[in-house]
Amino acid sequence: MSDTAVPVQLKAKDFKSDQEVRWCPGCGDYAILAAVQSFLPELGIPKENICFVSGIGCSSRFPYYLTTYGMHSIHGRAPAIATGLATSRQDLSVWVVTGDGDALSIGGNHLIHALRRNVNLKILLFNNRIYGLTKGQYSPTSEVGKVTKSTPMGSLDYPFNPLSLALGAEATFVARTIDSDRKHLTEVLRAAASHEGSALVEIYQNCNIFNDGAFDLLKDADSRDDEVIRLVDGEPIVFGAEGQHAVVRNAHGGLKIVPTASVDASEIVVHDAHSSDTATAFALTRLSDPETLHHTPIGVLRHVERPSYDRLMGDQMSAAQSNGPGNLQSLLTGSDTWTIT
Amino acid sequence: MPKETVQLDRVIIRFAGDSGDGMQLTGDRFTAETATFGNDLSTLPDFPAEIRAPAGTLPGVSAFQLHFADHDIMTPGDAPNVLVAMNPAALKANLKDLPRGGDLIVNTDEFTSRNLTKVGYSDNPIEDGSLDSYNVHPIALTSLTVESLKDFNLTKKEAERAKNMFALGLLSWLYGRPFEGTERFLHEKFERKPEILKANLTALHAGWNYGETTEDFSVRYEVKPAPLADGTYRNISGNLALSYGLVAAGQQTGLPIYLGSYPITPASDILHELSKHKKFGVRTFQAEDEIAGIGAALGASYGGSLGITTTSGPGVALKSEAIGLAVALELPLIVVDVQRGGPSTGLPTKTEQADLLQAMFGRNGEAPVPIIAPQSPSDCFDAALEAARIATTYRTPVFLLSDGYLANGSEPWQVPNVADLPDLTVTFTTENNWTNEDGTTEFMPFARDPETLARPWAIPGTPGLEHRIGGIEKADITGHISYDPDNHDKMVRLRQAKIDGIAKTIPDLEVDDPSGEAKVLVIGWGSTFGPIGAACRLVRDSGEHIAQAHLRHLNPFPANTGEVLKRYDRVIVPEMNLGQLAMLLRAKYLVDAISYNQVRGMPFKSQELESAIKDVIANV
Ligand code: SF4
Repeated sequence: MSDTAVPVQLKAKDFKSDQEVRWCPGCGDYAILAAVQSFLPELGIPKENICFVSGIGCSSRFPYYLTTYGMHSIHGRAPAIATGLATSRQDLSVWVVTGDGDALSIGGNHLIHALRRNVNLKILLFNNRIYGLTKGQYSPTSEVGKVTKSTPMGSLDYPFNPLSLALGAEATFVARTIDSDRKHLTEVLRAAASHEGSALVEIYQNCNIFNDGAFDLLKDADSRDDEVIRLVDGEPIVFGAEGQHAVVRNAHGGLKIVPTASVDASEIVVHDAHSSDTATAFALTRLSDPETLHHTPIGVLRHVERPSYDRLMGDQMSAAQSNGPGNLQSLLTGSDTWTIT
Repeated sequence: MPKETVQLDRVIIRFAGDSGDGMQLTGDRFTAETATFGNDLSTLPDFPAEIRAPAGTLPGVSAFQLHFADHDIMTPGDAPNVLVAMNPAALKANLKDLPRGGDLIVNTDEFTSRNLTKVGYSDNPIEDGSLDSYNVHPIALTSLTVESLKDFNLTKKEAERAKNMFALGLLSWLYGRPFEGTERFLHEKFERKPEILKANLTALHAGWNYGETTEDFSVRYEVKPAPLADGTYRNISGNLALSYGLVAAGQQTGLPIYLGSYPITPASDILHELSKHKKFGVRTFQAEDEIAGIGAALGASYGGSLGITTTSGPGVALKSEAIGLAVALELPLIVVDVQRGGPSTGLPTKTEQADLLQAMFGRNGEAPVPIIAPQSPSDCFDAALEAARIATTYRTPVFLLSDGYLANGSEPWQVPNVADLPDLTVTFTTENNWTNEDGTTEFMPFARDPETLARPWAIPGTPGLEHRIGGIEKADITGHISYDPDNHDKMVRLRQAKIDGIAKTIPDLEVDDPSGEAKVLVIGWGSTFGPIGAACRLVRDSGEHIAQAHLRHLNPFPANTGEVLKRYDRVIVPEMNLGQLAMLLRAKYLVDAISYNQVRGMPFKSQELESAIKDVIANV
């Protein structure tokens, strides 16, 4: 509501609250927090106009560690609460911090509906493939057969691929990044922040207490080049230390990975995050192995324009008020009255 | 020769037909005509949950009862004087309520052997003498309607559909109702279907003319206008009055209204209505579920709107956790529960007041929430404003407990003068509210107003007051996360004391005891006000004494409630539940309150209440 001019350039430390951070030492959340605190000054938005809303879970303590406005709400409901805030306050930059249990299990419904409506929310989904705060049960992104306290003989549930889900839910911005890759994480945040509408950013986050090493395949120096598909908009999709793997179309309309040398350069799929067709983005999400995460694409998979719900709602409000505000007396009186004197 | 006119002081008409017969519309229009004429009135729509149950069956019967009088009345009436039955099912379902000698208008065209068999009549009751004790008017409503429309380019089905307008025309003639309003209404409704419009208008007039010419009706009736207080009146239903109250709450507080809601019977009309009022800064958001509805409303409150969610009992169950969050966050929020029969899906279109204890206690932890219950359809307007006052003054969620009877029932309403509405202006906190010992200032999100114990409402966008709130327990004053046992004990008590303190700002409970000699008090809450009041009149008319009090605030109770209860030898509590208010009164004031309960999905009948009250009086 305030039209504050951009103040003196803020620094990362301006976004660090005085609250003691209480995640387990070594938790991936620290790296994400640091990256976000360093990135926020870039937005150029006064910190009073930034608001973080979270649900429940380890990651959802996030708002307490920032100096912006914040609300730590209830399990799974952050997208719904943030929807009310964002759609009633178009002047704010509203961020949602959630986890795989919060967003995909108890709050799955709110997530998909926020995405389809394209509410102007930046949703950071910290995916550690486990329940941390409740001490180690499997989550909706855990691999099948996961042995945890609640699944001594292994979990039976097939996992969600959060990005496939988001694309199916008509999300206009879908991206994935990794907690330990500060540079990539920051780039993805930047792209998300620039998007008008819902931005879903899945951040692979290591829970070193209950699911340590869940993303090692994608992080270890000797495997990551062959396992992570780094998407760059407008560039042919190749990966590997020497660019020796390439993504091409398969016979069934999907994608497959082949040795770069085995195909003509023209056959290699050029990444187009702005394509209005979700088919290729969806096929990209399906390249990774749901169990091991072998061949996982990271980066911005989809980034398309569609008017945000907030804007559309604001437009309806302005249109309704174009002839001035309502007259309460005439509303209450209505057209069918009688008078007694 | 003009027909004789007989004066009546009041009439109760019930229109009953198939769900597809347009009985609710007929009832609404007759009500509007009656309102324009200046009678006092009260209505009771009664319809099935199914949109179109199989035609001609008992479950498909839809009815609308209207009580109108030349004096002030309090209920839609116990039993009709006139029953309009559009088919055998409607007759079968409603005849038991018509006293012997009552007028019975039946649409003979629908009394075919097939329709009769459908509802278990082996013989045609119109012909077999079983209706001899009623004043039966057999009228071929359908064929008369079709005949009157024979020059129109309509299918038979389309022509038949206008039979409700024929019936309305006839009844309008019978009771001398003006029907210009209905003509205007039809013009608007069928603006784009000129042929259907003409047909309906023609059927309406044909019905009126039929009354004038037929031998079957030898007299017309007249019910003179009621001497209501001077002013401008309109007819209003509870859901509409509640919606207007919420719009007015936005204007009077100066806050934008934000409704987050999921459709549910019988509350959806509030969502429909508020969605029309964007001009007043009202945002409506049809959420993906009940939880998202309240979540969005709460998020909007956080941002400085007046957040509202509207629902019925099952929806409240789903919203409970979020209401608890609102208690912890200490943000304004209005939760409208238009109660219906429960448990579970229960009776979606029928009334009940069995959510009182859910509103009172239906959350984890100590989570007190103020509760307000309107007592009549038009009172929903004032109750909404009062809910807004409490929510914004005390930064708390507030329950507004309406019910299906109030929601759909209607009565005349003296249109308030906007200038006389309470000023509820809200000011946000924009500056530091705390001075440290060294003279420096700070913002403390949980430093309370000493009078109301409310915490500051500093909305995002306010420079310098950035703070974090959440459902996890907060330290007094600073609002930091706190697991300290003493702090929790203190915060639980502070939140309770804040709600208890609202009693200081609500009016004392008033007792109506005209003779001053009553030894028995009847006390109720919510929509039973009318039936209880009517029952008390009956008791007094027969020379006995009874005191009546009605609670509008159920949490906290008015400060003098205990003192009032203790003044009487006996306290009787009629409720459309199994004794929820009685339980609260007994627990809080140690009074031996006597419950009188019905959970039939229908409002109390005043004669039944009268005898229940007399039983208690007799035993004092
Ligand atoms: S339990 Fe896991 S996710 Fe939670 S704080 Fe500890 S390491 Fe992080």
